[in-house]
Amino acid sequence: MYTEKVMEHFRNPHNMGEIPNADGVGTVGNPVCGDMMTIYIKVKDGHIEDIKFKTFGCGAAVATSSMVTDLAKGKTLEEAMKITRGDVADELGGLPPIKMHCSNLAADALHVAIDDYYKKQEEMKK
Amino acid sequence: MDYTAGKPVDSRVAETMLPYMTAFDGNPSSVHSFGQEAKQVLEEARVKVAQLINAEKKESIIFTSGATESNNMAIKGFAYRNKDRGTRIISSNIEHMSVMNPAKYLLTRGFEVTFLPVDHEGLVNLESLERELTDETILASIMHANGEIGTIQPIKEISQIVHRKKAMFHVDATATAGQIPVDVQADGIDLLTISSNDMYGPKGMGALYLKQGVRVEPLIHGGGQEQGLRSGTENLPSIIGFGKAAELAKAEMQTENERLIKLRDGFINGLVGAVPYSYLNGHPTKRLPNNVAVRYSFIEGESMLLSLDMMGVAASSGSACTAKTLEPSHVLIATGLKHEEAHGSLLFTLGKQNTEEEVAYVIGLMPGIVKRLRAMSPLTPKELKE
Repeated sequence: MYTEKVMEHFRNPHNMGEIPNADGVGTVGNPVCGDMMTIYIKVKDGHIEDIKFKTFGCGAAVATSSMVTDLAKGKTLEEAMKITRGDVADELGGLPPIKMHCSNLAADALHVAIDDYYKKQEEMKK
Repeated sequence: MDYTAGKPVDSRVAETMLPYMTAFDGNPSSVHSFGQEAKQVLEEARVKVAQLINAEKKESIIFTSGATESNNMAIKGFAYRNKDRGTRIISSNIEHMSVMNPAKYLLTRGFEVTFLPVDHEGLVNLESLERELTDETILASIMHANGEIGTIQPIKEISQIVHRKKAMFHVDATATAGQIPVDVQADGIDLLTISSNDMYGPKGMGALYLKQGVRVEPLIHGGGQEQGLRSGTENLPSIIGFGKAAELAKAEMQTENERLIKLRDGFINGLVGAVPYSYLNGHPTKRLPNNVAVRYSFIEGESMLLSLDMMGVAASSGSACTAKTLEPSHVLIATGLKHEEAHGSLLFTLGKQNTEEEVAYVIGLMPGIVKRLRAMSPLTPKELKE
């Protein structure tokens, strides 16, 4: 069903956890659907210095969360905004078609976290 | 520990089938002696299946391609044949798809179908059954037991209520025939679905019991086999295997169930007792001997299945993430579980080859699996994280 790469990330997810006082937090999905994830980012000089995730969901949900943190870590915010769901799935060697829409939410959560960071910056300026 | 998904064919069953797959090629419809021998072994198998459910005579047994066909025949075949007497059918919210979907199909053919609710433990609400039964009701179809939550229905009581209103009673006994005692005469059953594979017989084989006088329209027309109700050359090796499986089930059921019930109760206590926010699904005592259905809060079923698979354990879940439809199990939702609760369900179904050691192994694995997934989950409350 899943690629070896997906299983690898499911078995040993990278960057799992929370960041206290994160600069940006993004949550997408909801438990009713079966998948929900939260991405935390720490930003320094326009780069994602640290990133962590928390996920409720299936193997694909966990693996995409783990993969998106790998892809985004160290990138500029602009670069990170360009990471797509497709990129995440490709890096994992593909996902079962049925999982592409329901569980491949990690890129969205990342984008929401970055938006949240920008919003917080705006508020601090006020 | 996923015997509900499929059971291995008992080696003693396979042995009886083999000669009929390789050496023997008689057709029960032929006049010559090979055909007549085929006819004889076919009828012997029919007797064994009839005896398993205490049918009044062997002719009450119609061989089919499995429980799905039997259920279709019982619902659609009965409705078509008896529509002059009424167009109302009653079923329940926790039936298998092979009952639910034929019943829903009949809605498009001018029939009225009511699906009865069940309580938290999965028992059909008998008051609503009484309320919904009218003079127009021709058939009530209620499953004997549900393989997903294990709950066994009081079918004798249901039969009495249904018969008081002069309707016929169909029971889907896929999960029970060959597992626990089924007696169509004592329980007052008019139509009964039986599955071969669920009692360690070959797949693609089943039967429909029809009480004398119960008429159904055939779904498959052709050469008139099975009393004209199910045409097509008989699948002799599988029928013979089914007969053997029924014979073995009848002989060994009691001993095996005593073993399974002990195993099951130890398993349930070991799982639910070990981790906070874990619960039993279904009924605590009116329960299939092999059914261990639990759920864990804050985590999702598929990730539990993957974790167990990594440790060599096969199980099943009613989570949407394991379903083709992306919907959680309708059975779990019918028992009043919220979607997020249904997603956390985990189902172990025990069989002949499971041992106490295996159960102990899984009991030992689960707390670690649950802990790891809860540590990952944003839903886990703070007090559980330490």
